[in-house]
Order: sequence, then C-alpha cells, then structure tokens
Amino acid sequence: MSDPGASHDAHHRSPNQELGMVLFIIYFALYAGFIAITVYDYKLLGKELFGGINLAIGYGMGLIIAAVALAILYAWLAKPDPVEPNEAAEI
Amino acid sequence: MTIAIFLFFVFFTLGLSWWLGKRAKTASGYFAAHGQVGWFVNGIAFAGDYLSAASFLGICGLIAFYGYDGFLYSIGFLAGWVVALFVIAEPIKKLGKFTFADALSAKFGNSRGITLAAAISTLVISIFYLIPQMVGAGSLIKPLLGLPEVLLGPYDVAGMKLSLTGHALGVIGVGGIVILIVVTAGMVSTTWVQFIKGSMLVVFCAVLVVAILARGVPTVAGPQEATLKQLTGRTDQQSDEKMVVSDVKLNRLLYGDTPADKPSAALGPAEFIKKLGDTTIVRSLPATQPNGPSIVLRDGATVGMMATPGDELLLPGGYFKGIRSEKLVDRLDFVSLMLALFCGTAALPHILIRYYTVKDSASARKSTVVGIIAIGFFYVLTLYIGLGAMVSGNIDPKDSNMSAPLLAQTFGQLPFAIISAIAFTTVLGTVSGLILAASGAIAHDLIETVFGHQASDHAKVNSAKWAAAGVGVIAVVLGILFKSFNASFLVGWAFNIAASANLPAIVMLLFWGGTTRQGIVASILVGLISSLTWLLLTKEAFVNIYGYTGHLGIAPFSQPGLVTIPLAFITLVVVSLMTRPRWVLRGLTG
Repeated sequence: MSDPGASHDAHHRSPNQELGMVLFIIYFALYAGFIAITVYDYKLLGKELFGGINLAIGYGMGLIIAAVALAILYAWLAKPDPVEPNEAAEI
Repeated sequence: MTIAIFLFFVFFTLGLSWWLGKRAKTASGYFAAHGQVGWFVNGIAFAGDYLSAASFLGICGLIAFYGYDGFLYSIGFLAGWVVALFVIAEPIKKLGKFTFADALSAKFGNSRGITLAAAISTLVISIFYLIPQMVGAGSLIKPLLGLPEVLLGPYDVAGMKLSLTGHALGVIGVGGIVILIVVTAGMVSTTWVQFIKGSMLVVFCAVLVVAILARGVPTVAGPQEATLKQLTGRTDQQSDEKMVVSDVKLNRLLYGDTPADKPSAALGPAEFIKKLGDTTIVRSLPATQPNGPSIVLRDGATVGMMATPGDELLLPGGYFKGIRSEKLVDRLDFVSLMLALFCGTAALPHILIRYYTVKDSASARKSTVVGIIAIGFFYVLTLYIGLGAMVSGNIDPKDSNMSAPLLAQTFGQLPFAIISAIAFTTVLGTVSGLILAASGAIAHDLIETVFGHQASDHAKVNSAKWAAAGVGVIAVVLGILFKSFNASFLVGWAFNIAASANLPAIVMLLFWGGTTRQGIVASILVGLISSLTWLLLTKEAFVNIYGYTGHLGIAPFSQPGLVTIPLAFITLVVVSLMTRPRWVLRGLTG
C-alpha cells in the first residue's frame, strides 16, 4: 500500500529526463562560466573576439544561440512517450 | 493616425476575445482551453506570454540608458527556459490539471496543505509580476495619447496630495481591458491574444532592427566637440567622432534641430556593434552626478549628461554597479539576480499553466522548443533595439521604459503607432495570463480544493471571473504606486520570489523520492516569506516605496535568490527527513 506522505513512486527516470539532465548540465556550465567571468574579471569581457565584437557580446549571444541549439537537439533526440496517461484526469 | 491604429489593436483584441469566449463555458475550457491547443500555437503563445513589458520596454530601456547590462536580463530570461524544457515541461504536464498546485499535490492524494501554499505563492508572484506590466502600460499610454503629466488635481485629501496623472490613466485603461478579456473568455482567448501578440512582436521588432542597421550610427562632429568638452570637462582621445544622444528637446537646446549631422552608411550586425564601440556616446540620464554636467529640460526637470566611450558601454557594470565594485557583497547581488532569472522562469505560475493547454507531454516539449526559438530570436533583437534607441537622439531621460517606442518614432509616426500598439498588446497578453493564473489559484485551488466548496462548472467559472476582476483591480492600484521603477527591475523581483518559493518544491518532487508533503509546504512558505521579506528590506524598497531618500536598506543586497533559493531547498530536505513515514525509516535502518 502506498503512503500518501511521500512521493516514492515518482522517480523512475525516463530516457527523456536523462537526456534533459545532460543538456541542462552542459548549459548550466556555460551560464555559470559567463557569470564567473563577469564577477571575477569583467574587463576580460572587453577582449575583442572578432570583427570588433567583444567577449561580452560574443558570450552573451553565444548563450542565447546555445539555448536554442540545445532545445532543437533535445526535440530531435527525445523519444516519444510509450503511453500518455493523463494522470490529471484521475485527480 | 497613431490613436486610430492603437484603437484598432485594442478593439481587434477585444472582439477576438469576445468571439472566442463563446467557446469556453466549462472550467476545462476557461482554465486550460480544453487542453486542445496545438503545440506550435502554444509555443508562440509561450513567447507572447513571456515577452512582457519587462522584456520589450524594460530591457530595451535599460540598454538604451546603461548599455550592456540590459542585455544581461535577455541572457538570464532565456536561460530560464532551459530549466523549463529540460527539467520541468514533460513531468509537470503529466502531473497537473489546471494549475501548478495540482501538479505538486497530485502525488500526495491532492493535499490541501500543498494546494493552499501553492495558491498563496501563485497569487503573490502573479501580483508582483503584474506590477511592472502595469507600470509599462502607464508609460506607454501617456505619450501615445498625448496626455499631460497631471490630468486632474492635485487634491488635498487628509494631508495627502492626490492627483490623476496620465500614467495612472494608462494603468487604469490597461487594467480595464485585460479584466474584460479574461472575464469574457479565459484561456482560449488569452492563448490567441498571446499567439497574435507574440508573432507581431517578433516580426515587427525584426523589421525595426533592419531599419536600425540600415540607418547605421549617425554621429555629430566639429562644433559639437567643443560642447562635449564643456559638458564633460575632458576630451576623449579614443575616437575621432563624437556622438550626441539625448532627448529631442535636449538636442534642440544644444545643437539645433538635428540630433546628428553626419549620417552613416548601412551597417551589418557586427559592424553596428563595432561602430558603437569606437564612438564616444553622450547620454542624458535621469539622475545628475554630483558636480557633473546637467541641463534643465523645458518642463523644468534636470537631467545629467555623461560622455562615455562606447566600448565601455558594451561591458557589464553600467547599471549593476556591483559588478565593478571591490566589495564581494556588491558582486553577489549580480550573481543572485542571474541565479533567480535562471531558476525563476520554470516556476512562474502563468508559464506553468500553459502546459495544461496542450494534449500531452510531447506537445508540451515541442511547444517549449518553439517558444525558446521565438524568445531567443527576440532577445537577440533587444540588443540592437536598445543600442539603436541609445543613439537615436530621441530618448526621454525621465522614463527608460519609453526608449523602444521613441526609437520607432524616429522612423516616422506610423512605426511609432505600430510599435506602441504592439507594446500595448504585449502588456495585454502577459497581464491576461497572469490574471488567469491568479484567478485559477483562487477559484480552483483555494475555493474548491482547500475550502472544499464543490460547485458546478458554471459557478466555478463565475467565481474565477470575479477573482480575475479583483486581482486586476489590485494590479492597477500597485501599478500606479510603483510608477518610478524600471519594468525589468521589478520583474527581477518576481523571478526571485518564484525561484525561491516554487522551484525547490517542483524540482525535489520530481527528483528526490524522500520528498514529503510537509517538506513541500514548508519549502514553499519559507521561500515565499524569506524572499518577500528580503525584497521589502532592500534599499530600492526604502527609497522608492517608503520614500526614505538616501536610505541604504537593511538587506545586504537587492536580489535575495542567492540566499533564499538554497534556504528553500534545505528547508524541504530537513522537513522531509523529519516527517518521513515510519516504514521508510525502518527500511533505511535495515
């Protein structure tokens, strides 16, 4: 008999959750790197990357592009759910 | 013509709302559009829901006034969607029905305690998020309709000076229209309003950026350099061109009728950034520096003048001064904001309820991807719109929120009317979603689940409509009171509360088997109360809300997320361990 006090049945990871977690960690590392540079040496962000674009603009744009690229990758790799029980309907 | 276009947008939106409202008579229709919205429409509606006044008016305004720092919000706002897609989207769809409280309590047999805590959190976050939308609306309407600063009054009421301002009228107007939209139709019309608004916002902003790049970076040269020296007391040796950027009235005072006398050739996206970096930019800012150059506008307001090398404006730290501070605590403020933006998106009630408008978790995933693409593209555009506004020669130094519409005005009255009307629908779309989330928390979570008042579908929808009207009125009052805040800054506060109150509960429910209902309730309440208390003790609250000019506040820095998000996680773990069922403990001890 399940105990309503704890959520023990909710934690079987689906392949999509595993994939999502990997992509999340990759993006978080990129994001944290940006914050770390900004906090510890913001002048480093003034270094020119190419064609007059500094690291601040390049990294910031890069984070936006990375989010879009990882989202598309996730949509491409994600597996369809075997069953789609709408648990909400049972509430 | 400006007013005609504006009114067309408003009546079109209202007409659409009324027509679609005829199809949403049940609670499922009102709260979740019957769960039958297509994933592409839902994805663009995500963009329409999320790209609020803070994103459009606030970010562009911050970039126009302070440079790169506004773009930090763009980065953080989009990063939050990564959490939404990779961590939250599919499970939250599987667990919930109408509101995020459904999802949290589903695993515990519909816990009333969780529902109550989640409903309170939803209401507080929605109201905090509503304030900047209303502030942005007030900023827009005043110049759009040509309203004077003070319409009626001031009246002396019990020692207080009260008056009806143009800003207040704008806030009241938006509040009234949004209440009409939500009351007439609920999620069905809100979805379509958000879809149309999201599409138009992205498309017209792209057109605006093309126009900005085609115009390039006009500069002033020659005699203006002398004026620049007079204003700043120095000559910048880093560039041979000087740019003057300021209010149109200001330019007339200083330089005659033309804000720039040296037109530029069309520039590519990278060239535009490079050109700005190579130029000295003179900005007029709302506050004057001690002993710094300043000028008095025709309406009597004093604004400061500041000449800054462009490459410095393309670095962080112009607005978030803490980034360049030697003190660690000042820099932590910035870290805290970026953490809150990262964690907050996936915990915003008005975003979470969109997951219940699609039929399954695959649609939830696909619509989030579409949303990220649209929102990401838009945030790239904000950098160019903000920088374009900075060098447009048409900035209101007293209101950063008006920078994007005033930039459009430099291309003619038609673009100004279109961009203003889109900005207005931007406010409508987001406010509709927020009020709907709040009304769901009241009618579905509080009245039905917590208080156990089982009503017919029709009665439930009616109570949600009354709740929507009540929340709308509160938002109007607060929107008038918070007039002096930048919209993005206020939204940052809402993200802090959402990230502290909701995210730890959602994440731990999904990823830790030891989570108990008591742990979730404690986590939500601790996150909510601690972040709210912190915000009300900040310097900004003391100065702008309580009126203590120069007060440094009690909280060590403005953004609480760095402290309150971990606090909520720890609370959940500790309380869950303390309230673990006995059979689990027996199993653990062998």
